[in-house]
Amino acid sequence: MTALWAGPLPGLFLTLLAYLLFSWLQVCARGHALANPVAWSIVALVVFLKLTHLPYARYFASAYFLHFLLGPATVALAIPLARELPRLRALLLPITAGLVAGNLTAILSALALAKVLGGSTKVALSLAPKSVTTPIAMGISEKIGGHPSLTAVLVITTGVIGAVLGPLVLTRLRVFDPAVRGTAMGVSSHGLGTARIYQESSEAGAFSGLAMGLSGLLTALFLPVLVRLLGLK
Amino acid sequence: MFVGIAILLACQVSGELLASALRIPLPGPVLGMALLALGLASTRRIPVGLAPTADALLKAMPLFFIPAGVGVLTLSETLRTAWLPITGALLGSTLLALLVTALFMKGTMRLLARFCPAPAAAPVTKSTP
Repeated sequence: MTALWAGPLPGLFLTLLAYLLFSWLQVCARGHALANPVAWSIVALVVFLKLTHLPYARYFASAYFLHFLLGPATVALAIPLARELPRLRALLLPITAGLVAGNLTAILSALALAKVLGGSTKVALSLAPKSVTTPIAMGISEKIGGHPSLTAVLVITTGVIGAVLGPLVLTRLRVFDPAVRGTAMGVSSHGLGTARIYQESSEAGAFSGLAMGLSGLLTALFLPVLVRLLGLK
Repeated sequence: MFVGIAILLACQVSGELLASALRIPLPGPVLGMALLALGLASTRRIPVGLAPTADALLKAMPLFFIPAGVGVLTLSETLRTAWLPITGALLGSTLLALLVTALFMKGTMRLLARFCPAPAAAPVTKSTP
């Protein structure tokens, strides 16, 4: 058993198995958003690791290949992006408005809510970059005095929340334009939101991928300045 | 398929190198996406073999987030002491950001639709009563 965990076999197999199982269950639940296969796979694997007392680092090393594929998949977002270029050019101003407003909201509301609900400054600072893609968020968190590994987990959780609730909320708000749905998902819940909304349409996925990239850049620029202005550092 | 993978990896590597050389605060894959999008836009066509590979990867993308997501279990200590600010901020702020982005984008689109059919006729002139 221990020898097996030294290689990629069990990590890859269990992750894939969980994902397939919960994808199938989501189909059984007629595609209900709360039956999100990523969220439930994470829960199932956490339970599995707790029960078997397997350290997370062992599992992560074993499942690393899947994690690695995030890189090429992110690059692949360029293809839907290139396809949507004409529409993107036409929507330059609305996208910019949404991006700037959404970014400031993500940062300031995270800081404010964390503080109001009694969180320490360190927790608040770790939460501030939660809406942008993991590597950027970790870098920012370190720079502003947060806890990078805490930020990494908070970023993923944000993505799960966005992927599960985002499409429901957007539909409830009668936002049906794939460009708007995609941009809102990319700004609020980065890659996970993008992966989720890509399943709806590749057009929404294209806007989400673009919004994710630009929003990472904006937060990297805004956040250190905001933290200084607010006197948190 | 192999051509597709090679192109994607080439862009990712270029992104990583560019980010570290120019000290751009963006991760390599995100810069790689920008590079590839610019390349595709300038050639105006998508190389054969790239589209199916990209499509397959993007369809499977949610799966790739699971290993990092399981890391939530390393957080149990912090969660025990700070669960309220963390859950509150995560839920509240994620949904607020979603809402504000969508509303600002929709609002700007509506404004443009109202004022932009005549883009040249936009100077601020008050009609005298």
